[in-house]
Amino acid sequence: MRPSTRLLFLLALCGFGLLPWYFTEGMGLRTLGWLSGYPLGKGGSGLALGLSGTAPWLLPGGAMLLLAGLAWPRQDEQRAATILLWAGALGFLLFFLQGFAITLRGQGIPWLAALFGAQGAAQAGMGPGALVTLVGMLLLFCHGLAYRGFCRGDVFTCSMIGLLILMIGLFIFFPVVTVLKGALIGNAGTFDPGAFLDRFLDSSIWGLGCLTRDVSCGVAWNTLLLAVLCGAITTLLGLASALLILRTGMPAKWLLRALTVLPIITPPFVIGLALILIFGRTGLVSNVLYEWFDVPRTRWIYGLPGVLLAQVLAFAPIAFLVLIGVVQGISPSLEEASQTLGARRWETFSTVTWPLLRPGIANAFLIGFVESMADFGNPLVLGGNFEVLSTKIFFAVVGAAHNEGQAAVLAMVLLSFTLGAFWLQQRWLGKKSYTTMNGKGDAGLPTPLPRRVSWLASATVIPWVILTVVIYVIILTGGFVKSMGRDYTPTLEHFLTGFRIDFSRGFYFEGAAWDSFFTTVKLAAISAPLTAIVGLLAAYLLKRQTFQGRGALEFSTMLSFAIPGTVLGVAYILAFNVPPIEMTGTGLILVIAFIFRNMPVGVRSGIAGLSQIDKSLDEASATLSARSATTLWRVVLPLLRPALIAALVYSFVRAMTAVSAVIFLVSAEYNLATAYIVGRVEAGEFGLAIAYSSVLIVVMALGIAIIQFGVGERKLGRRATETGAAPVVAGV
Amino acid sequence: MVQKARRKALMIALAGSALMMATAAKAQGTLVLYCSVQEEWCRPMASAFEKETGIKVSMTRKSSGETYAQIKAEASNPRGDVWWGGTGDPHLQAAEEGLTEAYESPKMAELHDWAVKQWKGSQGRTIGIYAGALGFGFNTKQVASRGIPEPKCWSDLINAKLKDEVQVADPNSSGTSYTMLATLVQLMGEDKAFEYLKALHRNINQYTKSGAAPAKATSLGETTIGITFMHDMVTMVVNGGPVKVVAPCEGTGYEIGSMSIVKGARNLDNAKKFYDWALTPAAQKLAEEAKSYQVPSNKNVVPPPQSPKLADVKLIDYDFAKYGSSAERKRLLSKWDNDVKKLPK
Repeated sequence: MRPSTRLLFLLALCGFGLLPWYFTEGMGLRTLGWLSGYPLGKGGSGLALGLSGTAPWLLPGGAMLLLAGLAWPRQDEQRAATILLWAGALGFLLFFLQGFAITLRGQGIPWLAALFGAQGAAQAGMGPGALVTLVGMLLLFCHGLAYRGFCRGDVFTCSMIGLLILMIGLFIFFPVVTVLKGALIGNAGTFDPGAFLDRFLDSSIWGLGCLTRDVSCGVAWNTLLLAVLCGAITTLLGLASALLILRTGMPAKWLLRALTVLPIITPPFVIGLALILIFGRTGLVSNVLYEWFDVPRTRWIYGLPGVLLAQVLAFAPIAFLVLIGVVQGISPSLEEASQTLGARRWETFSTVTWPLLRPGIANAFLIGFVESMADFGNPLVLGGNFEVLSTKIFFAVVGAAHNEGQAAVLAMVLLSFTLGAFWLQQRWLGKKSYTTMNGKGDAGLPTPLPRRVSWLASATVIPWVILTVVIYVIILTGGFVKSMGRDYTPTLEHFLTGFRIDFSRGFYFEGAAWDSFFTTVKLAAISAPLTAIVGLLAAYLLKRQTFQGRGALEFSTMLSFAIPGTVLGVAYILAFNVPPIEMTGTGLILVIAFIFRNMPVGVRSGIAGLSQIDKSLDEASATLSARSATTLWRVVLPLLRPALIAALVYSFVRAMTAVSAVIFLVSAEYNLATAYIVGRVEAGEFGLAIAYSSVLIVVMALGIAIIQFGVGERKLGRRATETGAAPVVAGV
Repeated sequence: MVQKARRKALMIALAGSALMMATAAKAQGTLVLYCSVQEEWCRPMASAFEKETGIKVSMTRKSSGETYAQIKAEASNPRGDVWWGGTGDPHLQAAEEGLTEAYESPKMAELHDWAVKQWKGSQGRTIGIYAGALGFGFNTKQVASRGIPEPKCWSDLINAKLKDEVQVADPNSSGTSYTMLATLVQLMGEDKAFEYLKALHRNINQYTKSGAAPAKATSLGETTIGITFMHDMVTMVVNGGPVKVVAPCEGTGYEIGSMSIVKGARNLDNAKKFYDWALTPAAQKLAEEAKSYQVPSNKNVVPPPQSPKLADVKLIDYDFAKYGSSAERKRLLSKWDNDVKKLPK
């Protein structure tokens, strides 16, 4: 057995023999009351509880763990592999099955529990001991696979793939299947496939009446139309700004950069709210148009135009973040080669630059498309009578009809759209190569844009910039006036309600918003790095390693992105409220929801970035006998800095601004800023909502600055000369 | 063998006592409160109860629909103890599905009849804590600029001059709007009520998601008329909006804000303590301080002066048991969906 496998074995042994097996209430390091009776009692270890007869069903799994120990002295890797494969797989399965079979009294899987000799028994949710042991068993199995030559015999890669599959299975598939089962349950609460068909073929989903008469179309078509428009426009805007910033001598680039970041750090509802205050019937612009030009006040903002406008403002920056990494990564030497061969600027752009942009464009479009489909806040505020799937699902669950079956069917429709888009994107990109960074010295200077492209880009970007500026002026002043849209007396009242600090009693955070504010910042700060790690690791495995089922894995990393937040929230509650994984009401469930909901952006930008980095760099590193973990850390990660920033920023920001996914998951102890703001909006207290939002914007801006500063810029070729560095081979 | 069995018994006893110790420590003083009114009202309720009893309250505020969905999702392993506030229908639905626990409070004698009726109708599983009448509000500036008389009745709302000027929530998503649907059916009879709703449909500019949203839109002038509970409109008037609140002349329905104990509550004793306390005059007075102008259910509380006086409003004899049942609700909602919402404007 290799030393790393031995270490792993010892860890798994610790997990089973020493660590508390179950998750108990009040578990923490500050008070140790829950440990009373250790190694037995509620905080007892798996081994002790198994032997003492409290939980004998843990013993078969433990036996498998010991069996794996037989491989310890083996020098012959093939023999060791056989032991590890069998013991690991069986042990994992046994631990896993007992968890699902034996849960609360009267639940679980009775016949399976009987097989474990535990009829009618009950147990709590899995705790640290169970976690370490289960993961340990899985990894022992993966090590066995690596010994057998999987992943070119690389233990690290094999283990990471195993972990990724486990996490995706547990935190994406399991909850989603739990909730989608509802589609097949009829109104009477029994299994009824007919009910599924009835709900699925309903004209409120697929109706096309709007083409011929003045009624609204099916909600599926509305959603699709909105998402395609949103994806196309955001990609266009993102591309235009990326080209303007990187390839022209445009003045005030910093302004454009700042403005493209602002909308993503804005909590939901707020852009919609500001749009109403500008373009609503009594909004600023409508007033001016009415009084000066006698243009009648209309309600155009409520419906498709308003939602689309808000979504474009909100999501174009994400497209920008994806595309700027790609544009930056296009090696100028290719363009120089084209010009040397006599091509004019436009020809170079259309035959070299544009085709190389394709992966970025496909990814940006996909993100805009999916974001629009999953968006909940803007259709809620601006939708009017224009219904989309995400809000319809939400109200099918919480509305007066309480129709979970319908929600499940609508969720399926939504899911099939997003997955369809993903499939199309794959087909469009095909199997072409987009590699531009090959480590062979990158000595070109980027070609300036052809004039007509830069004019076009400016014409697209400038109106967008102006609108964004106006919206932020409204948002930032909104917190300081009495009642936006009616009474513009300046006041600090809203900030004081939310963020008063009482100094008379020391340093007492008295304002109503502090609790949720601290929780939000803490959880966002925890989940952002974890999300980025999981996302980029997944991207690396998917792009750089070949293994069976890679396509399926890539597909499933996108799945959580395609699931609307509401469905994910309900799914998490249903799946994780009971043992074996019991974590509702904790901060952990929020962190996990954030990680798996935001991971896809890390994966997408990681894949887009990796498709530009030549594999020969990895191979060079491997030839110099670096292990794959070292290669990942020293070679790939530094080149992936833009992707890392995108992933970190996105997950930090989304953790702070998510609404629909968390609205079911927040609890008294872990309330989040957005849930609080939604409450204020519902109560019609726009002042406090806007004030709180502007505080969040400032905090997120700080967070992004810290991330940018901490991660740093990627240094590529001669472009690094600005900072005074000598031309170097890409980042090695 | 005997020794082994004895050891086993000892271990189980040990484990059991550890478990009991833990539960005892927990029972000393926490309460998980699901609160479905506005934050400004939830917070003082929680802290006042904390002060009064020393029981630590963990409070979560969510709309009544969200809370209902959460309690249903958590049914196999409940987290909440008391669900306080929010319109009565989801409470009744939870009672119908056995998600909540029956309890008879000693305070029952002090309550208005409508609060006790709610309790009886649900086999003791939910009780009225406040009531609010359905009505509408209009933006005085918009009405003046349009040159129409001030609307006073339901029938004024189908005036052709008000095309695209009335806002109400979608009954599929909002309990408020479902109350309107059920009220009109009881007031006019089902056929006439649907004729009325079809006529009203032409004047509706938007079916909002949230029940109280039309109040804010009316106050801002985004719509001329908003149909909501009257107390939601009163809040806009108190905040200085150009809004006038109307109790429809033909008569109107009302909601009964309710309270239930979650079945399988982990802190059942504290839940009962809260339940009793929430029915006292001292607790119900907190509403007024929180700018909530519903009518409290304890007879000994003087309603806030701004509250719509229920005595002045022509209230119908609302049949909560019938229109709160899920079968009738589904039937009315799907009829509304097919006959009204699908009509061209």
